[in-house]
Amino acid sequence: MKSLKYLLPAIAFLVLVVFFYRGLFLDPRIVPSPLIGKPAPAFELEDLREPGKTVAMSDMLGQPAVLNVWATWCAGCRQEHPFLMQLARSGEVPLYGMNYRDERPLALDWLRRLGDPYVTVAYDPEGNGSLDWGVYGSPETFLMDPQGIIVYKHLGPLGPKVWETEFRPRIAAMQGAGQ
Amino acid sequence: MIPELGHVALILALLLALSQSFFGLAGPIFNKPGWSAAAKPVGVGHFVFVCIAYGALTHAHIVNDFSVAYVAGHSNSSLPLMYRISGVWGGHEGSLLLWALMLAAWGALLGVYTKRIPLATAAKVLGVMGVVSVGFLWFMLATSNPFDRLIPAPLDGRDLNPLLQDPGLIIHPPMLYMGYVGFAVAFAFAIAAMIEGKVDAQWARWVRPWTAAAWAFLTIGIALGSWWAYYELGWGGWWFWDPVENASFMPWLIGTALLHSLAVTERRGLFKGWTLLLAVSAFSLSLLGTFLVRSGVLVSVHAFATDPDRGMFILAMLVFFIGGALALYAWRAPQLAQKGGFAPLSRETFLLANNMLFVVATLLILFGTLYPLFLDGLGLGKISVGPPYFNLVFIIPTLPLVLLMGLGMHSTWKKTDWSQLKGKLWPFALGAFLFALIVPLVVYRQFGLMKFVGVLLGVWVMAVAFIDPVKYWLRKRTLSGYSRTMIAMCTAHFGIGLFVIGVTMVETYGIARDIGMKPGDTVQVDDYSFTFVGTRDIEGPNYSAIQGEVIVEKDGRQVTTLYPEKRTYRVQQNPMTEAAIHARINRDLFVALGEPLGQGAWSMRIQYKPFIRLIWLGALVMALAAFFGMTDKRYRVRREEVVGSEAPGGAPGKLQEGVA
Repeated sequence: MKSLKYLLPAIAFLVLVVFFYRGLFLDPRIVPSPLIGKPAPAFELEDLREPGKTVAMSDMLGQPAVLNVWATWCAGCRQEHPFLMQLARSGEVPLYGMNYRDERPLALDWLRRLGDPYVTVAYDPEGNGSLDWGVYGSPETFLMDPQGIIVYKHLGPLGPKVWETEFRPRIAAMQGAGQ
Repeated sequence: MIPELGHVALILALLLALSQSFFGLAGPIFNKPGWSAAAKPVGVGHFVFVCIAYGALTHAHIVNDFSVAYVAGHSNSSLPLMYRISGVWGGHEGSLLLWALMLAAWGALLGVYTKRIPLATAAKVLGVMGVVSVGFLWFMLATSNPFDRLIPAPLDGRDLNPLLQDPGLIIHPPMLYMGYVGFAVAFAFAIAAMIEGKVDAQWARWVRPWTAAAWAFLTIGIALGSWWAYYELGWGGWWFWDPVENASFMPWLIGTALLHSLAVTERRGLFKGWTLLLAVSAFSLSLLGTFLVRSGVLVSVHAFATDPDRGMFILAMLVFFIGGALALYAWRAPQLAQKGGFAPLSRETFLLANNMLFVVATLLILFGTLYPLFLDGLGLGKISVGPPYFNLVFIIPTLPLVLLMGLGMHSTWKKTDWSQLKGKLWPFALGAFLFALIVPLVVYRQFGLMKFVGVLLGVWVMAVAFIDPVKYWLRKRTLSGYSRTMIAMCTAHFGIGLFVIGVTMVETYGIARDIGMKPGDTVQVDDYSFTFVGTRDIEGPNYSAIQGEVIVEKDGRQVTTLYPEKRTYRVQQNPMTEAAIHARINRDLFVALGEPLGQGAWSMRIQYKPFIRLIWLGALVMALAAFFGMTDKRYRVRREEVVGSEAPGGAPGKLQEGVA
């Protein structure tokens, strides 16, 4: 019994290893999201900027759209924010936001201070809407076609390189197909 | 040709590391002193070959050899020379090579500075260091060879991540890695002790200076990282609780606990098993940090290119090193003889409390860092794991820690007389209380609970830190003969006080304004007025930038002109914010360009940060104190002399009772 407590660190470590092992294979950067090629999960969430108003998945239909999942506590979101501002200014594609497990005053303050690149922002304090989207961490960015099919998902801060190689060709393909 | 030589050198280094492990471990086990003695020169050879490999990679960077895939991926012909050299550790493969270089360097140093340690023990320590090295070199050669060629060679490289093109980043990773890897020495000593089944005061005396050195490097490394994040990430924060920051902070916390626990083991022969566990944990957390950063399990600002094979390999290494060490611990620790107790009020109790608080803080941070993983595995409840969580779980153990620090420093071993302690310290407690109550009110005309508590604790620790050395100096008019360990301990605790004051001032009196400004607009922040003159376009060596001009005035007199920039690096096209900072010891003025609002107007981030320099100054003071403590003469005692005095607390004299 006395020597059992000396085993505790090793047991705790083993438990950690199990999670790490699973984490390696759960990593959405390696395993493509099962949602790719499927219709985007529906959601109806409150508008971050206008409480009482509802933002729904259906708002994004009709043209290629990008949904960016972000939070004020996420450092990667800070990093990608200047790029999102650039993207919004370019008007290439409408950018929607989903504010994930955050607090409204903090999120609004963030948009006021750093700039607001989003057409609308869905407010998801409980993470219910994001759960259906398989959101793992933030930032995560989804690309949808005009029919609302998820075409691509990027995990981690968005930047010009990823945009150039992954998003832009897919958007161009959709626009080509639409004409 | 030279990259191939580097590759060969790396392979030879691996072979030498293998033989270092063999000679180091097999020598003592099969009782072959010749083998044991061979571990030292082999270790030095291992270091030399890693040096050659490192030099080869640096050469490839300097001459812009883009046929090397790593150089093509992390450098560019227009990159300034300084960043071509530091770019060697700007990516996964190169930083791993730097890690291996540091590890080999610690091993070589051990070979040189372990003459006073019995050969059998020194050989085992070197053997374990060799095994760790084998793991890393093998990992590098198998999954992350920095010398892989890229045929045909591209005309130019993809450039170094702009975030890393900064003077602070030149020394941040080497310092950090010196710290991380330095804990491998304490780890190796712990494994050696567990193999021998013996932990005594002498063992603790051997480990202490090595641990202090690693800890000091890590402290500097973390402080540099925080300083860099402050001026380079462009939003004026100094700590973000990012997974990678946490990965460096957790070994630091455990390393701090280890330093204190080692003091008890050395002076009183207690906490033996605990000290071993901490020594194993400090390095384990360093390895864990490597896994988290490089496997892609967690998402972070700092993430390296990730790859599941690498993740698998590092995980296997974690299981081998950490799992092996903890299994050895579970087997050996119960057998360690421990005698001697201590009163509920004694220095031992304070150090035990210190250890508990550090470990609790580490576990809570570890949980927060890994929470996304747990969540993914189990679908647990909902807490937002961001700075609010970390700030809370860090502040709760820290407040009592700092409060008790002042008492613990002045307590005595075995049993402390409360009335004596109270008599010695109450004037300082009262002074700190009055200072914290009055000074912020008078100077800043504000009162708040956190302001009061923070200032109180900081001033309290700083006030009591030097009581004993000052008393000694008043009596003798000299500090020679006074224990250097003691001076180091006092100074490091003074550094904590500086840090606490810095954090309190920045977090409670700092002012941040984010506003849109047209050219000619003026805004008032604290006593300073900031006038936005306008922007112009400028060209750097490998970037274009928009540079703003902001004139800062106080009481009608010009203080400075600040030039914040918004840079776009040509190759990677990332927009980067380059803040402009006017720094004084008592405040920083921070201006960053936000977003263009049209017609020459910009959103601007203007911040007034009182005493933010104390945060890094405090860390620097701690690190320098630890380096100074290593020079204590008790660590230089020759082996022959100490054979007879292995009893706990053997060193005579009151003045030797340092703990730092």
